[in-house]
Amino acid sequence: MDKENKIEVRNLNLWYGDKQALKNNSIKIRKNHVTAIIGPSGCGKSTFIRCLNRMNDLVEGVKITGEVSINNKNIYDKDVDVVSLRRRVGMVFQKPNPFPMTIFDNVAYGPRIHGIKDKKKLQEIVEKSLKDTTLWNEVSDRLDKSALDLSGGQMQRLCIARTIAVKPDVLLFDEPCSALDPVATGKIEDLIQELKKEYTIVIVTHNMQQAARVSDYTGYFLLGELIEFGKTKQLFENPKEKSTEDYITGRFG
Amino acid sequence: MGKRLNLENTIRGILLLFSTAALVILAIIVVFLFKEGLMLFQHTSVTDFLFGHKWIPAENIYGAFPFIVSTILVTLGALLISVPLGISCAVFLVEISPRWARELVRPAIELLAGIPSIIYGVFALIIVVDVLRVPFNLATGETILAASIILAIMILPIIISISQDSIDSVPRIYREGSYAMGATDWQTISKVVVPSARRGIIAGVILGCGRAIGETMAVVLVIGNVEKLPLSLLDSGETLTSAILLEMGEAVIGSLHYNALFCLGIIPFLIVLVLSMLSSRLITKRVSRFE
Ligand SMILES: Nc1ncnc2c1ncn2[C@@H]1O[C@H](COP(=O)(O)OP(=O)(O)OP(=O)(O)O)[C@@H](O)[C@H]1O
Ligand SMILES: [Mg+2]
Repeated sequence: MDKENKIEVRNLNLWYGDKQALKNNSIKIRKNHVTAIIGPSGCGKSTFIRCLNRMNDLVEGVKITGEVSINNKNIYDKDVDVVSLRRRVGMVFQKPNPFPMTIFDNVAYGPRIHGIKDKKKLQEIVEKSLKDTTLWNEVSDRLDKSALDLSGGQMQRLCIARTIAVKPDVLLFDEPCSALDPVATGKIEDLIQELKKEYTIVIVTHNMQQAARVSDYTGYFLLGELIEFGKTKQLFENPKEKSTEDYITGRFG
Repeated sequence: MGKRLNLENTIRGILLLFSTAALVILAIIVVFLFKEGLMLFQHTSVTDFLFGHKWIPAENIYGAFPFIVSTILVTLGALLISVPLGISCAVFLVEISPRWARELVRPAIELLAGIPSIIYGVFALIIVVDVLRVPFNLATGETILAASIILAIMILPIIISISQDSIDSVPRIYREGSYAMGATDWQTISKVVVPSARRGIIAGVILGCGRAIGETMAVVLVIGNVEKLPLSLLDSGETLTSAILLEMGEAVIGSLHYNALFCLGIIPFLIVLVLSMLSSRLITKRVSRFE
């Protein structure tokens, strides 16, 4: 059983300065499944997901205790190379953030910084990544145009393409659809279903239907604490905790 | 109600008056400069003026080529020094240095920008010129290079502060996107942050360049002021603006010499005009519709 857990979080605490944002959370994330993180605004969803690739290291004054093991290796150990960790654990952000360069250069950015120089190899990677994110047909004739001229939904898929171009094995999504319309959102959701065959996925979302649609497991956070975690179907249909039920039925607050 | 409206109208009127005044003054300067300057061409051809190697007012020979070349060399030299220095300094201040260092350096840079140029000139005359003379084994240290160095110091604050602002305003999400793919600090800075800020950086360089072309007082003290074609950065020279400064006193108003000096003034005027148009276009052009 344990082999199927890609990520194991044990007693994770996080402080911004002296304000505690995560309180003693433990969670196991299954390999090749989609795990959704839900909860009201400010409950620590982003903070939690950013612990999984140590993005919080970039924030000044952060203190973290506890353990996050990926492939049975604690990523907060002293000997861990953050750069190669982030390469294995990719992240897509709430706001589409393509770099102000061409579509091709955006997708080739990761492979290039990791040392791939061969033009043909880069082209292959770019094409495959764009195909995997269903963007290829829409942009194949304008790879040398600025990525900033794409639509919001296309930008977000480009960001996913850019992330998978470095071949991570975990993908973290922090509210990837909150800036998108329903059609673009549908495309990203389909994509996530497709991607979970190859990747372990954690997605933060505000949208309960989305969590129910795309995820296999769901965790509910409240005020920095993981209140409930379980199979998505069970958590939505038969929550154990009263506060989970209040939240998912919209009776919260 | 009515009173406030009146006040607003009055203020609006005053502001309008002042801003039109600025335009009118600009127009007068342009007309005056061109009217006096272009008279030269009744006597000397444009080609002779731009490419003539000799400048002998006593014989009414007005070839501005040595001045033009000096100006270009001095400016290029100054840019060569100040651009890499200024950009690295800005990158360091925004991305690497601790906050206290930033807070120490910012007012220092502002102060540097406020020092009158004659002070820079005197400093250069006393120190830079001497420092150059010995290692390069020169008869005099008053050279194009000395002028370039002092100009570089003078335009550094412009380049640093504008580059710093534009690097600072690169959205955090670009940096995060880069780090999230396993980029190092250096890769993120050199491949994402600086390229994203390039418009602003280029605008800063252009502004600095304009300042360098127009600067007179500091240059005139250290460049040697010989009216001959400089062949290297270690030659003495004389820039367009220093020629005007040095000769305007002796030129008889309305004489050909007087016209020729105005004509010299037209050249940096046009260059600076083009440069500032370029830089304001760069600054206002949209970067992304998501910002
Ligand atoms: N850089 C920071 N410095 C200080 N406090 C922070 C920082 N980032 C987040 N916080 C605080 O930590 C708590 C959790 O924030 P977080 O962004 O993780 O919430 P969230 O669940 O993602 O909210 P949302 O759904 O609105 O995105 C909030 O109270 C927030 O104010
Ligand atoms: Mg969030």
